Amino acid sequence: MAKRIDVKDLNLFYGKFHAVDGVTLSVPPRNVTAFIGPSGCGKSTVLRSLNRMHEVIPGARAEGEVLLDGEDIYASSVDPVSVRRTIGMVFQRPNPFPTMSIRDNVVAGLKLAGVRDKKKLDEVAERALRGANLWAEVKDRLNKPGGGLSGGQQQRLCIARAIAVQPDVLLMDEPCSALDPISTLAIEDLITELKKDYTIVIVTHNMQQAARVSDQTAFFNLLGVGQPGRLIEIDDTEKIFSNPTEKATEDYISGRFG
Amino acid sequence: MESRPHDPRPPSADQPAKVIVRPGDRIFSGLAKSAGILIVVMIAAIGVFLLAQAVPSLIANKANFLFSREWVAGDPTNLSFGVLDLLLVTVFSSIFALIIAMPISLGIALFLTQYAPRRLARPFAYVIDLLAAVPSIIYGLWGAVVLAPTLEPVTGWLNSVFGWLFLFETGNVDRSIGQTIFTAGIVLAVMLLPIITAISREVFERTPTMQIEGALALGATRWEVVRTTVLPFGKAGYISASMLGLGRALGETIAVMIILATTSRTFGWSLFDGGDTIASKIARAAAEFNDPRSAGAYIAAGLVLFLLTFVVNAIARSFIVGKKEYE
Repeated sequence: MAKRIDVKDLNLFYGKFHAVDGVTLSVPPRNVTAFIGPSGCGKSTVLRSLNRMHEVIPGARAEGEVLLDGEDIYASSVDPVSVRRTIGMVFQRPNPFPTMSIRDNVVAGLKLAGVRDKKKLDEVAERALRGANLWAEVKDRLNKPGGGLSGGQQQRLCIARAIAVQPDVLLMDEPCSALDPISTLAIEDLITELKKDYTIVIVTHNMQQAARVSDQTAFFNLLGVGQPGRLIEIDDTEKIFSNPTEKATEDYISGRFG
Repeated sequence: MESRPHDPRPPSADQPAKVIVRPGDRIFSGLAKSAGILIVVMIAAIGVFLLAQAVPSLIANKANFLFSREWVAGDPTNLSFGVLDLLLVTVFSSIFALIIAMPISLGIALFLTQYAPRRLARPFAYVIDLLAAVPSIIYGLWGAVVLAPTLEPVTGWLNSVFGWLFLFETGNVDRSIGQTIFTAGIVLAVMLLPIITAISREVFERTPTMQIEGALALGATRWEVVRTTVLPFGKAGYISASMLGLGRALGETIAVMIILATTSRTFGWSLFDGGDTIASKIARAAAEFNDPRSAGAYIAAGLVLFLLTFVVNAIARSFIVGKKEYE
């Protein structure tokens, strides 16, 4: 559990379009790293490349290395399916499987991995739902469809689904952007708790959120329209928000653009 | 921060509410409404027409219309006709066609939406749609001239190995010529493929991307993505597409008429039977409708087909309506 990520000179493409240029960064284990930057700067693209979800878009490809505890997940011998089983992901909009019950949603990943033992699945479901701070709210309706929950509950259900398989890393792509402030707070608290066990990378448009939940922050930017996105700087969150090295970071943080 | 240039008064705050209907709206809603009413009236009129034409013959009928298997309608003074045999052949051949067409259509639709490279999927889908536009007489010709004799070794083998099962028993017509329900069913299946495939493909295509990505991110393989997201999402659409296809098969006339050999013997639940479906029976006799009483017998059979397709379509609809749209 909780592995470190080292990205080395990662270039990402959508067909011929060069979306992200030469990203190099490291994410230590049991740590929250926030990706911030204006729309279209490639921060979500980089996040999706960390569990090889980038390449599911037709024409998309990646060049460079992404090392998970030293092992390149883009090595030719690596099966992307197994990468995704060890690196969980939570999306911008909650996406529980609508035809599955709450319990089945949580254990969907385990079932895919071949776990059939009902007792084990029930245990994992409870542990994951407790881990996602959702157990108390749903324990009496585990067999009801997941689509019946509120947006914030659905997002926590998706987090439960992601942590049920005990991934090495948890990726979150703007997990609160479709949620109200109270649900957002619940998720942020949850991120702080999950940090004890997982390596977390979160993309956010909300700079206060980045400041609240993350240990280090990476700022991405575009030099111009049609240009690839770049990593401008990555540093301790405190430093990024008080005394960034790059002028562009400071301009963005202080609201001068973006 | 700039101040807003000019703050307009909130509209209609102190004005009385007044409903304005513009002439364009009125004309269009009138047109739409009358078109809607027209179609309902037409369907009702068809039903009434069938009923009105059928009733006198039904009264004069000496046999039980629903349960008799004989069909003697040539002599208006001596009518003795029952729809049962025709109905059984109709339903039996259609369901046989559906059983062949459903899995193949599912496979094609899944291939086109989930597996085929985009460059191939598009032209392939056009070809499938094109198949739906081929006139049924062409399918009928192909079935009677090409397929029927070609199938002889297959049917011979089925008959000799599985002949103990009623489906493959020696039927009531000469199997070797191939003018059987078996051949007709396969041709019908080919005709159903594009219908079921086209609708299923559109439904599968609409599986929300976030569902698919959710499954992928959990480490689902392509097939597991299909199983956990695409199939549950598209199931209702697929079933209703199949029902629409079934409706089509039930009413198919000319292809079946060309292929099936007529026989005076009754239908015995074998795929190697001949006979007639309701539609093919009517078509065969249509040239000889010289007496309203005789014609009425066929119209009564047509009424049964009308109701049957109505029910099948209603079932198809119920699958869509009863299903909550995701997202």
